[in-house]
Amino acid sequence: MSPRRTPTGGRIDRSRSIRFRFDGADCTGHPGDTLASALLAAGVIQFGRSFKYHRPRGVLAAGIEEPNALVTVLEGDVREPNIPATRIEIFDGLTATSQNRFPSLALDVGALGQLGGGLLSAGFYYKTFMGPAVGPLKGTAVWMWCERFIRRAAGLGRAGTAPDPARYERMNAFCDVLVVGSGPAGLMAARAAAASGARVILAELEPRFGGSTSFSGETIDGMPAHDWAASVVDDLRGRANVRLLPRTTVWGYYDGNLLAAVERVAGRRPDARREAPRHRHWVISAARVVLATGAMERPLVFPGNDRPGVMLASAAERYAAEYGVLCGERIVVFTNNDSAYRAAAALGRAGAVIGAIVDLRQEISAAARALAGATGAELLPAHAVVATNGARSLAGIELQRFDAAAKMLSGDRRPLQADCLLVSGGWSPTIQLAAQAGGRAEWDMALQAFLPPQQAEGWIGAGAVIGKFDTQAALAGGLQAGNAAAGPAVDGSVPPAVDAVALDPRPAAILEIPAPGKAFVDFQHDVTAEDIRIAHREGFFSAEHLKRYTTLGMATDQGKTSNVAGLAIMADLLGRTIPETGTTRFRPPFAPVSLGALAAERYGDVRPERLTPMHDWHVSNGATMYAAGLWQRPMVYALSGESVEQAYVREARTTRERAGIVDVSTLGKIAVQGPDAADFLDRVYTNVLSTLPVGKARYGLMLREDGMVLDDGTAWRLAADDFLVTTTTANAGKVMQHLEYLLEIVWPELRVGLTSVTDQWAGAAIGGPRAREILGLCVEGTAVDGQALPFMGIVHGEIAGAPVMICRLSFSGEMAFEVYCGAGHGTHVWDALVAAGKDFGLVPYGLEALGTMRIEKGHVTGAEIDGRTTARDLHLDWLLSKKKPFVGSMMMDREGLVRADRLQLVGVVSLDGTALAGGAHIVEQLDVKTPRRSIGHLTAACYSPALGRHIGLALVKGGKARHGTRAFLSDPLRRRFGPVEIVSHHFYDPEGRRMHG
Amino acid sequence: MLITCPYCGPRDLAEFAYQGDGNRTRPDPASMDQDAWNAYVYDRHNPAGAHHEFWQHSGGCRAHLAVTRDTLTHAITSVAFARELGHRRSLRRDRPERGG
Repeated sequence: MSPRRTPTGGRIDRSRSIRFRFDGADCTGHPGDTLASALLAAGVIQFGRSFKYHRPRGVLAAGIEEPNALVTVLEGDVREPNIPATRIEIFDGLTATSQNRFPSLALDVGALGQLGGGLLSAGFYYKTFMGPAVGPLKGTAVWMWCERFIRRAAGLGRAGTAPDPARYERMNAFCDVLVVGSGPAGLMAARAAAASGARVILAELEPRFGGSTSFSGETIDGMPAHDWAASVVDDLRGRANVRLLPRTTVWGYYDGNLLAAVERVAGRRPDARREAPRHRHWVISAARVVLATGAMERPLVFPGNDRPGVMLASAAERYAAEYGVLCGERIVVFTNNDSAYRAAAALGRAGAVIGAIVDLRQEISAAARALAGATGAELLPAHAVVATNGARSLAGIELQRFDAAAKMLSGDRRPLQADCLLVSGGWSPTIQLAAQAGGRAEWDMALQAFLPPQQAEGWIGAGAVIGKFDTQAALAGGLQAGNAAAGPAVDGSVPPAVDAVALDPRPAAILEIPAPGKAFVDFQHDVTAEDIRIAHREGFFSAEHLKRYTTLGMATDQGKTSNVAGLAIMADLLGRTIPETGTTRFRPPFAPVSLGALAAERYGDVRPERLTPMHDWHVSNGATMYAAGLWQRPMVYALSGESVEQAYVREARTTRERAGIVDVSTLGKIAVQGPDAADFLDRVYTNVLSTLPVGKARYGLMLREDGMVLDDGTAWRLAADDFLVTTTTANAGKVMQHLEYLLEIVWPELRVGLTSVTDQWAGAAIGGPRAREILGLCVEGTAVDGQALPFMGIVHGEIAGAPVMICRLSFSGEMAFEVYCGAGHGTHVWDALVAAGKDFGLVPYGLEALGTMRIEKGHVTGAEIDGRTTARDLHLDWLLSKKKPFVGSMMMDREGLVRADRLQLVGVVSLDGTALAGGAHIVEQLDVKTPRRSIGHLTAACYSPALGRHIGLALVKGGKARHGTRAFLSDPLRRRFGPVEIVSHHFYDPEGRRMHG
Repeated sequence: MLITCPYCGPRDLAEFAYQGDGNRTRPDPASMDQDAWNAYVYDRHNPAGAHHEFWQHSGGCRAHLAVTRDTLTHAITSVAFARELGHRRSLRRDRPERGG
């Protein structure tokens, strides 16, 4: 016997058929079906194989908590693995496959792994990969090899590698009341809040609103519960202040009542429009939240409880009522509480034979007895199921007498025929969101369930989530919550009357049957009751240790059906109560969220691009652009046929022989202005700036408070109280923030204003033996000879009619000038400079040539100022003033920062012509096979046209004392090795004759 | 998390940069007390509860704000301009010590 579709019933559209494929076979279903219900209707019992033991698994639940029936949905080359079949609405063309089986569901070679089941027990990850301590198999190598096969055997679905062509989007929403869940409590709350005029969002993770009304068979307000729900939804839909979000899972509850939700818009649903996004990520800012998230039924733990055909009682009830699917012909119910009796009665009415109701309790309430009597089932109080039988699916079970007080089995085993076993271990309120909002869950002894933490200011609970399991109480709670959440306007109405069988919500405090055999607690991670005993034996008692050691509750379902049973077993072993044993913290997400939804439209390179004013000129003059941080900068201006190396060598050589021009607009520029500006700069620079005459610039160094170098740059004194400070391109933001912090928090009494003017100035550095002549040709309004413009002097003038400011300073080591003008004049001035330089052989040069010339000169940049170097390490101690305190001055001389064996800046020359590269190590003894201890690393390297050799800058231990000694390059990643000489970092023109002219 | 900037109003956390523990006092620049400097640079309050800290509205007006935030709940109980607090502190510093 197998599950089947009933001739009538269910909220599916039987007039239409939907064709889909599962594991290569053609299947049909109806609109309204999930993949799970359609496959059950087709008689499918086995949905997949389990995680570790490859045991056949069926479908356990009907909703989001489903741990077993995970499938992979295929859309072309795109695979979406590990989706519960209960969450997939079928549509024409849907293609899904089962998981974790080879070669097929029915025949799985991995199931042999069950024979060696002991190998995969609790703590497997921690024990198994430890190799023997002695002997030929010592170490981990053997396990590294075995691991590949174990990894292939264990696990769930396989992720795809094809790019996802679907579109995702992101929405922000604001509301007065967010209602999560649309069962009786949620609908009531939404209606009450909406009636008061509040802006309401109602989010429901299922495609259909109504929660339990879809299958409870109860009567609300004189009509079938689902009709009542439909009328409320109709009313809400007609209101402008209400937004209904079906198929929307609220998965995160964050500070400030910010909630995250994902709406399945087009993905995996029948009425998808091509242009609609697949998922939509909602960020909802809600003044108040009503949590009406309901509860989830949990299974019982007994041997063979994972055999296909074993199902939650409420799930079977739901399949019958919502989808017109009977999960079996001859059903046995196994329960520790009253709720399963309602399911039994419903299934009996739908046409199944209820063979027996096995109840762990001795005393059965009159209401439950009446329900049992109506089904004609044999009622077996004080009995337990101790085994399940069947080849591929359930064929029968075995019972024994059970004493609930002593937790003892007794008597002979009695076999009973059944093709479906419904289990109920009571209900766990869906408290995940409430717990995320803060606080600890509270254990309710009577309900044997964790209730949400003390209700906080931000949210109100209603219905089953706060332990109010019956519909009348849920409606009353929902009404109250909706009124309270919406504010002062109180809807005076009373909740509608409910006609339902009154059942006792309190289950027996038993979740595990002490019978021999594999009894599963966490179905998705294959964690058994025995695994929890192992964890206990080995000392992993606390909830957090238990979870990590056994992986209980760590699968994609996050233990929705298993956490409480796992804790109960551990509590029993410890002789403690469940709250004493603890509960693990719930963190977002409540259910898996697609990464696509989180990224939405923000994928690929989403960083903004910063372009200099001369950007278009660079591009149209053959520059290869390079991303330096956010900036786009020319790397080289290669002539046709030139390689990058040929181009930068030509650019650097021409600059040193004649002249070159480079765009330096990216340098950070900060206007430091005010009566106390000079005093302020004295405090933040290591050298004295207050003595700088107006019209002069000075090189300067800043340290961090801890004494490490922060940045270097120049300060230009434009007037007594007006400085222009430049920073390196990379550190512009950091320096600005550092200065702002000091000014606002440490020295608020200083009268200084800071303005970032990086984007307001365009800058060009023109250098080389002919640079002064070129400037002389095009600059008007000022002389630029050595008298008027000495080293570090500043003049103001005009180029092609545009006002410019020129400072004679040099990064390249040549006679050089930095020309600044308003950003809007940038290209105009650049053009004029290039035109003036035409007859002198001026070339534009890019970052590569800039880097080459700075390495030749031994100037430091971000590669050397890496946050770990001091001024002394970089031989910049000549900038450390002894006359005044400055930021970092008290910290820079600490013992560890002045040791002789620190990494210090040196130059490195390749002795055998091997090209050097930044990041390579310097070693004293070369061993290609086993790299030896590093004494430092290269920070930058190039081929130097000026020296005709491969050179680099490096930070080397005690580097200063090593000048003139030999060492080796060790660069195993790039397979470059070779002898080098350690030299001074001043490779070229150490006296600076060229720069001073 | 929202921070109510006194200039810009309630703004999203993403616009702000955390600028550290607000309980530290920088020693006088000329101070030679190495322990005080070490404490300023490295010691941080780490309370479970109300914490004084600095935030910069780096994606907005760039003002540094003195914020009191509960580290357990992220509830923000006060926001003020750090500059004003700093002024009060520097006034205190400048006031001559009473003899005794």
